[in-house]
Amino acid sequence: MNKNVKTGVVWSFVALMLVFMYLPIIILIVFSFTDARALGVWSGFSVELYVDLFNNAQVMTALGNSLILAFVAAMLATLLGTAAAVGIFHMRKWKKHTANFVANITMENAEIVTGVAFMIFFLVVRLPNGWITLIIAHTMITVPYVILSVMPRLSQLNPNLYEAGLDLGASPMRSMFTVIVPQLIPGMISGFIMAFTLSLDDFIVSKFINGNVSTIPIYLYNALAKKGVDPTLRALSAVLFVAVLAVLIAMNIVSAKRRKKQLVL
Amino acid sequence: MNDSVNVTAVADDGARKKDVKRKMRGIKRSAFAFPYLALSVIFVIVPLFIMLYYAFTDSVTGAFTFDNFKRFTDGWSASLILGKSLLAALVTTVICFLLAYPLALALSSTALNKKFVLVMLFILPMWINSLLRTYAIKIVLSILNVPETGFAIWIRVIMGMVYDFFPFMLLPLYSVLSGMDRSLTEASQDLGASPVQTLFKVTLPLSVPGIVSGVLMVFMPTVSTFAISDILGNTDTYMFGNIINQWFNSSSGWNIGSAYSFILLILIAVTVLIANLITKGKTETGGIL
Amino acid sequence: MAITAREKFDNIIEIKNVTKIFDGITAVDNVNLAVRRGEFVTLLGPSGCGKTTLLRMIAGFAMPTSGTIMLEKQDVTTVPPHLRPINTVFQKYALFPHINVYKNIAYGLKLKRVLTGEVDKKGNPIYRKLSKDEIDEKVKRVLKLVNLESYGHRDVTGLSGGQQQRVAIARAIVCEPKVLLLDEPLGALDLKMRKEMQLELAAMHKNIGITFIYVTHDQEEALTMSDKIVVMTDGAVQQYGTPKKIYDEPANAFVADFIGESNILSGVMKSDFLVEFCGTKFKCMDKGFGKDERVDLVVRPEDISIDGKKGALKGEVVSSVFKGTYYEMEILAEDYQFTVQNTVERAVGETVFLSIGPDGIHIMKKLKTVNEFDGVVSSENTVAFCGGEFEFVNFDGLEKGAEVRVKIPFDKVELTDDEKDGAIGANVTQTLYKGSYYQVQVYTDDDTDFFVDTVDEWDMGDRVGINIKPDDITVTLRERADEIAAEENTTEDSADER
Repeated sequence: MNKNVKTGVVWSFVALMLVFMYLPIIILIVFSFTDARALGVWSGFSVELYVDLFNNAQVMTALGNSLILAFVAAMLATLLGTAAAVGIFHMRKWKKHTANFVANITMENAEIVTGVAFMIFFLVVRLPNGWITLIIAHTMITVPYVILSVMPRLSQLNPNLYEAGLDLGASPMRSMFTVIVPQLIPGMISGFIMAFTLSLDDFIVSKFINGNVSTIPIYLYNALAKKGVDPTLRALSAVLFVAVLAVLIAMNIVSAKRRKKQLVL
Repeated sequence: MNDSVNVTAVADDGARKKDVKRKMRGIKRSAFAFPYLALSVIFVIVPLFIMLYYAFTDSVTGAFTFDNFKRFTDGWSASLILGKSLLAALVTTVICFLLAYPLALALSSTALNKKFVLVMLFILPMWINSLLRTYAIKIVLSILNVPETGFAIWIRVIMGMVYDFFPFMLLPLYSVLSGMDRSLTEASQDLGASPVQTLFKVTLPLSVPGIVSGVLMVFMPTVSTFAISDILGNTDTYMFGNIINQWFNSSSGWNIGSAYSFILLILIAVTVLIANLITKGKTETGGIL
Repeated sequence: MAITAREKFDNIIEIKNVTKIFDGITAVDNVNLAVRRGEFVTLLGPSGCGKTTLLRMIAGFAMPTSGTIMLEKQDVTTVPPHLRPINTVFQKYALFPHINVYKNIAYGLKLKRVLTGEVDKKGNPIYRKLSKDEIDEKVKRVLKLVNLESYGHRDVTGLSGGQQQRVAIARAIVCEPKVLLLDEPLGALDLKMRKEMQLELAAMHKNIGITFIYVTHDQEEALTMSDKIVVMTDGAVQQYGTPKKIYDEPANAFVADFIGESNILSGVMKSDFLVEFCGTKFKCMDKGFGKDERVDLVVRPEDISIDGKKGALKGEVVSSVFKGTYYEMEILAEDYQFTVQNTVERAVGETVFLSIGPDGIHIMKKLKTVNEFDGVVSSENTVAFCGGEFEFVNFDGLEKGAEVRVKIPFDKVELTDDEKDGAIGANVTQTLYKGSYYQVQVYTDDDTDFFVDTVDEWDMGDRVGINIKPDDITVTLRERADEIAAEENTTEDSADER
């Protein structure tokens, strides 16, 4: 009895928190199906906001830009980050500490400080804001997360693998690419996904260095910061919510299944 | 096994060959980090020093000056906002903690701990753009009719912050609690402590590393955010991040903005340092974590 | 068996019909157990036998699905752990890493409330906390007891395994529990440390006089330390008795195999005090079995004597290993490979004679020799059971659809390497060497247990197929089978009375 009551209380608390987390999102999705201009007003079912959204050239350009930027930055970050992880892993003492410290700067610093530092720097070196600056900045801020996801794979690796490659006649480069890299691929993939998502998400850093290149978060910020909010934003947000949730849930289910399989094996 | 036998067999062929190889290996492998480290120096460290230079120079003459920092205390407006930001961040952090700790306890308890999907659902919103989440809260606030005036404006902003940063508090708490050796709480009860006494005497002290990183992930980001206040609040609810953002929006304010950024940077460095000290002490006595 | 009043009074813990089911799996199956005050009782069994679950129910960390647990005549089944006067030494010690050795030990004392001897207005006794000095004195005393006098201020994580072990014991006994539970406390220590701690624990038990309930899977540990041993497997108690009784007179083949080295054979009782095995008749000390009843018997390696010239069994030495103080030899006689321990070595290949005295042979009732299943006749010459169809010889002209009882002797079941070669698939769950053959237990995909006597060795977890020759399947109508069983029971009962 007593135990049942306890479990009941625990479950209702968890349920309540779940409502707290998801109710706002659900409400937003619901209100994306009505075309009232004011927030929180229901003026009948309508898909007009979605029609408007897909006809909005600005949004579509921003979406394309965001995806291209995230892909390029995540690719570069994965390459740099994996190499950096291998390097840092084999460093000793003060070199390792220093390297870790450098990698931690962008992670622990406030994004706004990182953003303004980039802005000043690009101005000083006369690099005009735009695609190049965005790619540089997004790559630099996502590399540490790639390092974080590759590092655990490295420490699980048999330390003799690389030597075995060398002994069998492979050059260091060859040994690295034929022996070590294949072992790191799962870490690299999750690092890539992380970098991709973080880049898609970022607006604080981008805001200072985007020049005239618009991305989805920048579009959102500019629209939201203006007080009279454009109602098509509701449709855009709903679409983004559903897309992100679907991708994340699918990814988690796949990895959970894989984990189970490994356990069985 | 066979590999390592092989290695020694071949390596024994000639000591010189072995030496050469070791040297080559030593240089080559740590060298893989150099491209990133070099880029970091150029694009991360140098910009911070340029920012520092800006913070100490006059925007017009370019001469060395402390004036940019004087702005911070003159009339106290900026320092007042920093104070308000710290207070708001404190309130947000405390609310997040009070909500997240029981939830993390519940999620890691035996009754629910196999519900992988449930844990996943709570962590997922972390990956949704914070602007979107803030917008969702804005709609809830307008349905609830929370006014944009007086004290209510703070309720709006704090609610947005709690909603935005909650998953960042939950995740470290959940991972430290679910990784905790269950026999420790059992040992406490076995020795006569009630579940509540066990919570305060064992579980809470042992989750300090998780609490510290949760606080770290909520507190400073709250101080430096500007979007939440822009979307949900007004000029009264400006965080320190808003001030920096404002100075950089005007072309003549970069030097002052740099000075304020520098102050924020110092604050962050201090909090990270304190956090490291707390957790370091803990991990030395508490090797299990 | 009748229990006298005095014995009953002395039982500090009584476990009555306790069953624990986790997610449909029975971890502890209707266990009954009484532990006397001051005893050192060991729960012994292979991993997964339910011993730790039983211990956790005594401590209060798990609640029985059914049954009761009594502590000093009081039902404590639902009392939470912090209110039970029982303390536990955990498997990996579970020392609190955030406080030092002294505070770990004082943890329970600070929470303890003791009687002041006074009563309040309503007549309820008044409790008080222990004073700082009292706590200090107790902690110091127990630190001395475990030889860690100067370690009070140390961090627990810096201690060696053996030292952590001592702190864990000190932390538990300083609370002066009625019963001390120890969950494989020596499992994480190396061999030498383990031997030392075994002796220390036994000495500590004598000195402080608390009842110990000790869980282990190490039979040697159990034999050296305990007053009583509870041998468990599959959640059930197989035998409860003194170490000597369990070693000398194992209740069944499982206990015999689990405790010590042993030769387990199949034999036939020729009359009271006379058993036949390996084609030879031996005198024994057991009676009360039916004439020609098939039995299991156990012979300990040290109870077999070897002679160069004469003896009951002629054999050949297959191997010999020096074990420090004696030689352990494998000797093949009459198809059975005996394990024999002797201080005199015999050369490999030498012909020797073995003899076994009456007190070296322990007879055990054979559990079952025939698999019995319920099935349905599925066609003129096939019967369906255990999720498969098998051919059989339909003597009785049974009709399709008839509900029948199917019997297959253990030694008539064939296992195949490839499950596709068998009529049904199964997993090997247990194998027991019975001398000239293995008794293998397999678990079919249909969730039933098959017992198989085979000369081949199978490993636990092997995936196998099951085949049965049509001639070896006996099929009777279920009603008829029940009648036969009932008759057999009455004859058996009357035989027992005689």
